[in-house]
Amino acid sequence: MKIIREKHSLVMRWTHWINFPLLGIMIWSGLLIYWANDEYQISISGHTFFHFFSQRFYDVLKIPHRLSEGMAFHFLFMWFFTLNGIFYTFYTLISGEWRSLWPQKSSFREAWLVLLHDLHISKCAPPQGKYNAAQRIAYSAIILMGAGSVLTGLAIYKPVQLSWLTWVMGGYHLARIWHFLLTLGYVLFFIIHIVQVILAGWNNFGSVVSGFEIASKPVKTISHEEE
Amino acid sequence: MKKNKLNNPLTLEQKIKRRNFLSFGIFGVLGAAAYGSWKWLYHSPEETAGITAGTKAPLRRALNKTEIFFRRLTFNENHMVKTYPVEMAAKQVRHNSDIGSEDEIDSEQWQLKVIRKDKSQLNISLNEIKKLQKTDLVFDFKCVEGWDQIQHWGGLRFRDFMEHFGLEEEAKPSYVGLMTPDKEYYVGIDMPSAVHSQTLLAYEMNGNPLPEQHGKPLRLIIPVKYGIKNLKRVGTITFSDQRPPDYWAEQGYDYYSGL
Repeated sequence: MKIIREKHSLVMRWTHWINFPLLGIMIWSGLLIYWANDEYQISISGHTFFHFFSQRFYDVLKIPHRLSEGMAFHFLFMWFFTLNGIFYTFYTLISGEWRSLWPQKSSFREAWLVLLHDLHISKCAPPQGKYNAAQRIAYSAIILMGAGSVLTGLAIYKPVQLSWLTWVMGGYHLARIWHFLLTLGYVLFFIIHIVQVILAGWNNFGSVVSGFEIASKPVKTISHEEE
Repeated sequence: MKKNKLNNPLTLEQKIKRRNFLSFGIFGVLGAAAYGSWKWLYHSPEETAGITAGTKAPLRRALNKTEIFFRRLTFNENHMVKTYPVEMAAKQVRHNSDIGSEDEIDSEQWQLKVIRKDKSQLNISLNEIKKLQKTDLVFDFKCVEGWDQIQHWGGLRFRDFMEHFGLEEEAKPSYVGLMTPDKEYYVGIDMPSAVHSQTLLAYEMNGNPLPEQHGKPLRLIIPVKYGIKNLKRVGTITFSDQRPPDYWAEQGYDYYSGL
């Protein structure tokens, strides 16, 4: 028998969806800033394997002279990105939703089993609550990454007035590299996230819009499982 | 209708349909609204050209508000820029632009013009400036483009300059304007940043007189700002309570550009 099972709170759903275009705008405007002096590349003993980014990017996106545009957008949307993140974090802590999100002791071991299952190497996945072990780690990590982006961003933005923060973030150059790597991390997360969402099917996707999912038989509630 | 509703509670299928319709409907409407807002912002009118220009009006408002927020929250005249040992300074000092300092200049003929509050003008020669206490500064020069370089500059501290030439009244307004002799390049600096103890009117680079490319004979070195505010070849200095014209702020950049 079908039943409606409540899955995601309204706040979780909306902060999630608001974050999606915000992060898109932050990455896009960040690239306009980065492209003014694209110095990062992966070189090993003199051979450049990868340069961020190829000439094709410039040609397609008409990059030159868009530094000020990138900065203007970046410094406006950073507010929304930061506030959305703070709001979500506080909500998660106060509502107790962090319990189904934050990794448990067993999560790091179980995450491997989840991975093996996802890659069709192993047939059974470990039991899970709202999120499986790999999701707990990934979704908690992405929150920390968001905080990292804001802090490294501030360290680059005000290296004199917030010099203590720049120091904590490893100095001006390292803070910039962290800021850049975190962006690459979001892109990597996004790709895996989308693949997983497609694999998990429509019911799972729909629940992040509607908040509920349709279960085929009565199941114990999540709070029950946690106990 | 009312009777029908009371008699037949929604079936599970109907409940699911209704909730899906509502949530996806709201999701679609708000998504479209977000897209519309973005389109509006992206195509919003340019600001009215004045002291600042070159960006969209709402973005300029945001830049100005953000500037004020961070100025009030973080600016402290006692916060010093990190300095380095002189050996770490670059021998080949990076150079980006010659706007306002393309032509050759004769340091002997050059004079710094200071427009005082009563409109009277001070003309100061390079020798007069060189006679005063020199300050050396080795710091990480930061370009708005994203590159930075440890550089060694020497010159007269701006606050010493103000004091020596009796510019107490001129130190009261909120802004300093600096302009090249040919008026091609100009910057506006808030007074607290101008009188920051590491702000220099520099006449030396790596212990030698400034080369043409680096603003001969006198330039501004203001470590609490991005390079765009470090005006080369100072011609005129003015004081004002309004923001003086600023070359890059007219090209869409943040007026404050503070670090």
